Amino acid sequence: MDIHEYQAKEILNKHGIKTLGSILCHSPEEVYRAYQTLLSPIVVVKAQVHAGGRGKGGGVKIAKSGDEARSIAEKMLGMTLVTAQTGKEGKIVRKVLVESGAQISKEFYLSLTVDRKNAAVAFVVSAEGGMEIEEVSKSHPEKILTISIKPFHGLRSHHVLKILLFLGLDKTFLGDLSGLLFHLYDAFIREDMSMLEINPLILTSSNEFIPLDAKIILDDNSIFRHPYFNDYIDEGEENPLEVKAKNAGLNYIKLDGNVGCMVNGAGLAMATMDTIKEFGASPANFLDVGGTADSKRVETAFNILLSDKKVKGIFINIFGGIVKCDMVAEGVVTAAKNIGLTLPVVVRLEGTNAEEAARLIENSGMNFIVGRSLADGAKKISEIVKK
Amino acid sequence: MSILVNKNTNVLVQGITGKEGSFHATKCLEYGTKIVAGVTPFKGGSRFNNSVPVYNTIDEAKKTHRIDATMVFVPAGFAASGIIEAIEAEIPLIVCITEGIPVMDMLNVKAALNSSNSIMIGPNCPGVITADECKIGIMPGFIHKKGKIGVLSRSGTLTYEAVDQLTKAGLGETTCIGIGGDPIIGTPFIPLLKMFEDDPETSAVVMIGEIGGTAEEEASEFIKKNMKKPVIGFIAGKTAPEGKRMGHAGAIISGGKGTASDKLKTLEKNGVYIADNPSVIGDTAKKALKLS
Repeated sequence: MDIHEYQAKEILNKHGIKTLGSILCHSPEEVYRAYQTLLSPIVVVKAQVHAGGRGKGGGVKIAKSGDEARSIAEKMLGMTLVTAQTGKEGKIVRKVLVESGAQISKEFYLSLTVDRKNAAVAFVVSAEGGMEIEEVSKSHPEKILTISIKPFHGLRSHHVLKILLFLGLDKTFLGDLSGLLFHLYDAFIREDMSMLEINPLILTSSNEFIPLDAKIILDDNSIFRHPYFNDYIDEGEENPLEVKAKNAGLNYIKLDGNVGCMVNGAGLAMATMDTIKEFGASPANFLDVGGTADSKRVETAFNILLSDKKVKGIFINIFGGIVKCDMVAEGVVTAAKNIGLTLPVVVRLEGTNAEEAARLIENSGMNFIVGRSLADGAKKISEIVKK
Repeated sequence: MSILVNKNTNVLVQGITGKEGSFHATKCLEYGTKIVAGVTPFKGGSRFNNSVPVYNTIDEAKKTHRIDATMVFVPAGFAASGIIEAIEAEIPLIVCITEGIPVMDMLNVKAALNSSNSIMIGPNCPGVITADECKIGIMPGFIHKKGKIGVLSRSGTLTYEAVDQLTKAGLGETTCIGIGGDPIIGTPFIPLLKMFEDDPETSAVVMIGEIGGTAEEEASEFIKKNMKKPVIGFIAGKTAPEGKRMGHAGAIISGGKGTASDKLKTLEKNGVYIADNPSVIGDTAKKALKLS
């Protein structure tokens, strides 16, 4: 799960990592007061949204007075911030972080991620701080150092030394850098992070290492041992339909097309979207209804698909392995009748009792068409929405 | 022959009295799997379905039974412990069905596996089945038929789709393995590809991948260098947007890496027969074997 910069910094502080003084604000007045409180001649007003690249989109601004900070906040709060990571619809700015300024002498890039290939935690560092790391990795891969730390070995002094030397720092910085890296590694493991990115990590003119920005992704699966993660959920940052689906135990991701998809299983759901595309139409969503496709879940799923006004037709693709297809078919028909569904629906049910299921669908009296295979179903729904 | 499991495999079920565990243990018994024992803490001494003895720990079960494989249904918060218990008990094959295990736990499990002789399949997977012999998992048994294709997949229902086609095409399967949809899994494609290459009953392998990571690319390098048997590949997620997790924790395109098109290009270059969409997996397998 994504969290905000101010929340990420709270977690870092908890683990003994110092950040600049900052205050979270929800109104221009609060921003004005924050400027007075921080006692810093220069402050930075930063939009708090779940997306990177905020600076380029106008979500990070410098202010040199309380009045200036307030007028920046007046424009920033409520604006739709579009960055490379938000998509073209952007994200509405609902809160800003006002942070003290700092004298920067050097900027670095530092991140920790899970190294899938080596089953380890990887440190990624570069002296090219503040740049997009993806760009650096393309143009100057030699300027990036990746060190994989096996959990059994743990972070050790020689790892710190390699990083120090790679960043071009002399031995007077070893103690401070070591402290920072050990705290970061510890925080990453203990808080079950999937990613921790500090870009930039600055060295101030008084020779202190300080994370200027911090992005953390937490592992949703570990929420049972970190109940506080629940306080970090910000539903305003997520697509409302995706939130509704999640609360119903469905896995839904909105896309741009007009064929609503309802599938059991994530892999088959992706493959179904791909097949629709092969036949020249475009999927409106990813939706995994999970193993138990009963009428209640199907009804919730229908409602979610129908809230997307672009949807012109629905393709239901269920591989009934353990569940019986005729039961699923009954659920689909009941759900469709309950909500008075009028859109054309192609239903493909494969597995146990598939023939009985097809008969139920054909005789339902609804606007249903039977798909005989994945390809047949995808072809039929694509032809319908293209009309 | 087949790989990993056969009709003589003695199976233990960890979490046998839980909702999922008991349901699927029953289905596996119906399929003919030799489930010799179950484990659930504080349920030791009872019997599952009035037949299978239940123990508190694996060590207790091992005193009476030879155990070749374990099927893990332990809930996510305790799953790592269940797996490490099986590793310490030196169970040769561990099949973990559990979904939602934290990645940090899996890093430790992986380290424990690396210093052991146990093989683990999963987690977050449908399991392993050798057609008509032994089912350790949650897949529908009836779609499988003894034949000549080995199946490897990161997915669940998509695997059933492929198996169904292989069965209907008259090819049938040897062993089908869902390797799991998580970022860190017990066994990636490569060691299993090698087992299929060495298995005299397997004539070809279907490998079903999806977006995220680079496991398919690495597998295709191995295929090019080390395999004589044809491999048929399908990658799900051509239409997936970047940065979104598509159901499986491992299925995410990040920083432009892990896209379906990159994977397909590498697979094709390394001589894998590509099925452009899932409905032609069966036909592509026939073509690869020069049967049509």
